Amino acid sequence: MSDLQQEIRGVIRPEWMPAGTEMPSELDGPRLLVGTRKGAWFLATDADRRHWAVAGPLFLGHIIQHVVADPRDPSVMLMASKTGHLGPTVFRSTDSGVSWTEAKTPPAFRAGDSFERSVRSVFWLAPGHRDQRGVWWAGGSPQGLFRSDDAGDTWTTVDGWNDHPSWGSWAEWPDVEGTPDGSMLHSILIDPRDAAHMYIGLSGGGVFESTDGGADWTPLNGGCAADFLPDPDVETGHDPHCVRMHPLMPDRLYQQNHCGIYRIDRPSRRWDRIGDNMPRDIGDIGFPVELHPRDADTAWVFPMDGTDVWPRTSPGGAPAAYVTRDAGRSWTRLDNGLPAQGWFTVKRQAMCVDANDPVGVYFGTTSGEIWASADEGESWTCVVAHLPEIYSVETA
Amino acid sequence: MNVRIPTPLRSYTRNQTNVSADGATLAELVDDLDRQFPGIAFRIVDEQSRLRQHMVIWIGDERCRDLSTPVAGLPEVVIMQALSGG
Repeated sequence: MSDLQQEIRGVIRPEWMPAGTEMPSELDGPRLLVGTRKGAWFLATDADRRHWAVAGPLFLGHIIQHVVADPRDPSVMLMASKTGHLGPTVFRSTDSGVSWTEAKTPPAFRAGDSFERSVRSVFWLAPGHRDQRGVWWAGGSPQGLFRSDDAGDTWTTVDGWNDHPSWGSWAEWPDVEGTPDGSMLHSILIDPRDAAHMYIGLSGGGVFESTDGGADWTPLNGGCAADFLPDPDVETGHDPHCVRMHPLMPDRLYQQNHCGIYRIDRPSRRWDRIGDNMPRDIGDIGFPVELHPRDADTAWVFPMDGTDVWPRTSPGGAPAAYVTRDAGRSWTRLDNGLPAQGWFTVKRQAMCVDANDPVGVYFGTTSGEIWASADEGESWTCVVAHLPEIYSVETA
Repeated sequence: MNVRIPTPLRSYTRNQTNVSADGATLAELVDDLDRQFPGIAFRIVDEQSRLRQHMVIWIGDERCRDLSTPVAGLPEVVIMQALSGG
């Protein structure tokens, strides 16, 4: 590709503008990378996280599923994109999100694939192990797994997963997009102690583990409910919505499932339903789960209504996060500053935490608001509103 | 032949509405477009060589989804996006 084409097809991030009444004095705090149904926006703040600036839209009108910065080299960012008409692709930045160009070879199944699969969306982006600079992983819809060794410029199929003899029975794969957004591979987790040890989540399908860098996989769904199946005691077919591994205690994983909140401490192969300790009138259904970066006993969720026809809005229309400080034995409601009534959904990629002390917790809503807490969820402030439906929020 | 490019694809064609490309079939025509404008083909055609769901190719007043359709000698092919979305 010529430099001219790169330049023409590139997109430049707009200037920072105040998100509220006042511009931050310095943009030296965390940044938020926001993917929406109609473009991407960035948010930046000062060190004390009081005032925010916003820059956007980038790729206005494009469906931006995920925007992720590389913790090994924060100048590198990747963005999963498609449009209503055009095929899915990945855009890349090597200057901290200022300018963006398209990947030379976006994630795709092999031509002549036995299932005749084609990637409908690149759904999830995950940087590889800290010792494997340039390695990235991508999950797709349908549930394909793809790898890049050059920081997202060219992608190849992970045959050990995509061509696994059991893929056809493991991956629920409807012909059309299901509710709410079809089948997808998400939660690509790399063990910081061992680059070959990985987990992935499938909606639907379950959690799977590889100990050989993705060459082979085994299900890891013991203890998880599958209330939507005629035989709920199955090895696969579950619906994890979001799975997180604690960075300092990688044997501990938390999972927000379609059927409850779970924790597992490996080498156990059985998930414990810690959502049973949530208030009964709230339940333990939701999309995201987020972990405290330094305390493996602390996790946040954002419950939603999974009764009746599954509205997927906050129970009773009263938005609240819940936090556990004891690995799921008890939960505390966090709604100070949130509206008494709100009928939005927080999607599985739309909640995140920063690395500050106290930890900042953030979530984006399907009604286009970003809410921030600089005190681990004790109080919330809406830092920007009126964005399109928010699909993902990541810190950088 | 002349190929008309819809707005979602003009970031690939230096904002040109009309470009020149050749091929014996629609598939070859798309291949030629990709040689000139790298990356454009995958946005139109998936990895199993199927026209993407919301893309439409017009040959005269005929909608065409079969990429093996012969196009050699035609004066023009029109690529459009279908009416969809919201």
